[in-house]
Order: sequence, then structure tokens, then C-alpha cells
Amino acid sequence: MSLVHRVVRWGQRKSPWILHFNTGACNACDIEIIAALTPRFDLERFGVLLKGTPRHCDIMACSGPVTLQIESRIRRIYEQVPEPKLVVAVGTCATSGGVFDGLYNVKSGIDKVIPVAAYIPGCPASPQAIIDGFAKLLKTLEEGK
Amino acid sequence: MPDKEKIVRVPIGPQHPALKEPESFMVDLQGEKISSIALRLGYNHRGIEKGCEERTYVQDVYLIERVCGICSHSHSTAFVQAVEEIAGLDVPPRAKYIRTLIGELERVHSHLLWLGVAGHEIGFDTLLMYTWRDRELVMDLLAELTGNRVHYAMNVIGGVKRDVPQEQFARITSVVDALEERTKYYVELAMTEETLAQRLSGVGYLSKEDAERFGAVGPTARASGVDRDTRRDDPYAAYGELEFQVVTDTRCDVFGRAVVRLGELMQTYSMIRQVLKKMPDGPTSVRAPLKIPTGEAVSRYEAPRGEDVHYVRGNGTDKPERAKVRAPTLANLQSVAKMLENGYLADLPIVVAAIDPCFSCTDRMVAVRGTSESKTMNWEELVQYGVRWYRERGIDLSNVKMRGEVTA
Repeated sequence: MSLVHRVVRWGQRKSPWILHFNTGACNACDIEIIAALTPRFDLERFGVLLKGTPRHCDIMACSGPVTLQIESRIRRIYEQVPEPKLVVAVGTCATSGGVFDGLYNVKSGIDKVIPVAAYIPGCPASPQAIIDGFAKLLKTLEEGK
Repeated sequence: MPDKEKIVRVPIGPQHPALKEPESFMVDLQGEKISSIALRLGYNHRGIEKGCEERTYVQDVYLIERVCGICSHSHSTAFVQAVEEIAGLDVPPRAKYIRTLIGELERVHSHLLWLGVAGHEIGFDTLLMYTWRDRELVMDLLAELTGNRVHYAMNVIGGVKRDVPQEQFARITSVVDALEERTKYYVELAMTEETLAQRLSGVGYLSKEDAERFGAVGPTARASGVDRDTRRDDPYAAYGELEFQVVTDTRCDVFGRAVVRLGELMQTYSMIRQVLKKMPDGPTSVRAPLKIPTGEAVSRYEAPRGEDVHYVRGNGTDKPERAKVRAPTLANLQSVAKMLENGYLADLPIVVAAIDPCFSCTDRMVAVRGTSESKTMNWEELVQYGVRWYRERGIDLSNVKMRGEVTA
């Protein structure tokens, strides 16, 4: 790892900005992601900040089983995120398709389309689980994995 | 010199910071003003209705609940009500009261959520943080009563899965009291805070005639003076035995929609207290058959966003032949284009958010007649088409029995 890389990683670990992208979810995980950012749970104390554009973010928090319509868009958005980028699959249907597995218009999991760094299962993933997932992901960054 | 007549087309979405769900708008702008708007939906279409036909009724309740994560109880109640009507089940009164209780708690969480999102859209993030902090109270309560914060899985065909014991009533009352205090504060805030009133008044105007013409439902219609509420007009569950007022407003703008939702919250608190007072004793469910007889039913439910309509047709097996969901947002979306006409681009997020859109509810499959060369086939025609298609390739399928064919 070059020096530049190490500095970027350090910055990313201290203030990971996330992009929230609904890839065909039922809204449940989405409201839980927002709940995790609001005062009760306050993900912001880890430096996590919600960003509007993929060009500003380090982590993509994706929820939903990836519908066929959204498939090309999620690829395009993934390509817009600057390196090094990480994808977190929030919720059971983002992880494996969950209850939507087998329906004609879904891909059953984010990892069928783009590489995923962390999985947070749960239907919906509770804010506590989301915080735990992010904390674990940041820890792996610290260890330089 | 810029050309005043020039129209600039701005694509918004499917991923954009204002709204959390994927949907796409093509906005034609003349300067700052919107001259026309085209909506593209379907990013959330998962094929739930078709999935329902492939799964059993018991599994369908879970699938239907995941049509939407915010009004999940609305969808599952509407679905089981339709199935119960086909099967002729007599749901115990206690189950009906528990359904009403959870439904109203869901309305509390949904309206508080909306208030926060509306605050966020106009740059008033303090309101978002306040309401979402208060919303955690009702989320905790729902988790205590049902076991989950969002998808409660409270409904089963024939009743509810869990009882709400007497010991929990005091806890419910204390949460409702606390939330009522907070809501009073928000009502006062909405009425006295100058910036809020000035930002929202006159934005997204929808006249009463237009609301009726476009078939708007729920708070969107009621804020335009349309006095319509399924809970009163066609009572289901325990609503026939509760006293409440339908909150309407004549402001016809986004501010009116906020006032209606806040008024509804106050009504909801009183309804929850009545439910607790009147809750009858008895069983919480009746045994439902696995196979539902032939028949069809339509069920209406006043979801937080408006009237939710479910249609189910049974064919004597353990799987429905057809399940159809008409979510409230679909009915309200037609009016959004009208609201945005001659509006400013900066008002787009709040006007769209004001109908409390839920695109995962909305994205169902519809066939529009006479638009392109596509055509619809019924099952029989589809079977014939398949047989012909394979025969052209040298495979004869005409003797193979297919699903759905009636065997004597």
C-alpha cells in the first residue's frame, strides 16, 4: 500500500461518507438507515455522514434485492464512486433476496451485480445491527484488510 | 441574451438526494418554472402480485406485508380481510381491536416520519431530528407489542398472531400521552413558525375539483377539502365502534397537508385510548382453512397515505388465482403533475414529498390499452401460443397438462 493509499484509508476510516441507495427495497431498511442517523442511534458519532451524490461518498449502503430495472443504474452509480469504495448490503433481501427470492423481476442480492464488502442481515436490519455492521467494517479498514 | 422561450430538460433520479426511493422525473424548465413533468416509475417493481399466485396464502401474508415497509400492517390487513371474506371467516372482535390498535400506531409512526421528511425537504433539518427522535417511542412500543420494529407480522388469516395483554395497556397509554404532548408542540410550531408557513403556503396547489378529478385519496385529498375517509365511509376492523372526526382542510396546499396530518395524529391518539378502553375479551384468532374456496373479494383500508385497495380471487386451492394491490400513492401521483404545473423547480422535492409518496407500494404492473404493438393474452391464448411456438421448433406440447388447466 502506497503512502497516498494509507492516508486515504485513514481519512475514510475516520469519516466514512455514505450514499444511501434503494435498489428495490420495501422502504423498511431505508427508514431504519435514516433512523440510525437520527438522534437516538446517531451513526454520525462515528463520522458517518449521509451524502447525496455518489461522487462524494466512500460507502454505498444499498437496500433491496436489485430489480431488473435498477440493475444498470446500480452499476453506473457504483462506477461513479471514487476509489477506494465499499458496498454494504443492508437487509436480508439485499443479502440474498430474502422474501423476494424467486420473483421474476429481482436479482436476489446486491452481490450478483457489484462486489459487496459487508452484509447486514435482518428484515429489516435494525438500527443497532446497522451500527454494528458499520463499526465492524470500519474495524477491518483499521486492520488494513 | 438568454432565450426566454428555451426549454431545458432536467433529468432527476433514479438516485437523487431529495427522495430516498428510486424514481425518475423528466422536468422541462423554462427558466426556473416547470413547464411540464414526466414521471417514470417501475424501479421498485419486484413482481409481488405474480409471486402471490405462486405461493400459499400463509406465505402471501408475509410477502404482501413487504409491499411497503412503512405501511406494512395496512397491506397485510387489507389482504387478510379479503381472504377472510372469501373464506367466510368470522374474525373475533378482540382480533379486530388489536388490528385497529396496531394500524393506528402505524399511522402515528408514518405521520411523524412524514413530518420529519417534509422538514428535511425544506431545509429544516431540526424538525427531522426532533420528529424522528420522538418517533422512536412508538417504534419501541411496536417492537414490544409485536416483536419487530417495522414488519410487525401481526396478521394471520382469521385473526392476529399475538394477544396484547392487559399489562401492556399502561405502557401504551404512557407512550400515547408523551407523543400527544410532542404533537401539540408540533401543531403550535406549524401554526406560529413564520418560516414554515411562508415556505409551505401556496406551494403545490390542488383545487377540490382537481383532487376529485384525479382521484386523490388520503390526506392529499382531505387537505383539498374532499371529505373522504374509508375508516368512516366503509368501516372495517373496529372503526365502526370508535368515535373520531375526519380532519379536512381547505388550504389545498402543502401547508394544508401538514395541518391535516397533524390533526389526524391527534385523532389517532384518542382512537388508541378508545381501543384500549373498549377492547373486548375473547380469542384472538379462528382457525383458517389452508384451502380457500372459489370466490373474489375487494378490501379497502385507510392506510396512512390514503385508501389502499386489495383484490383477491381464490380458486379452491391453497394459492390465490389473482392478487391485486392498488396502493394510495398510485392514486395520488396523478395529482402531482397538476400541483407542479407552473411551479418552481425548488418546490419539486417538497411537493412530491407532500403526498407522502411510497414508490415501493406503487410499482405494480399495469397494462395500458392502445399504446404500442404489445398485446395482452389471457391464459388460454398464452397456452395456445406456447404450444404453437414449440411445435414450430419440432416439440409437441399439446398433451402436456399445465398449471391452471381445469381437470375434470
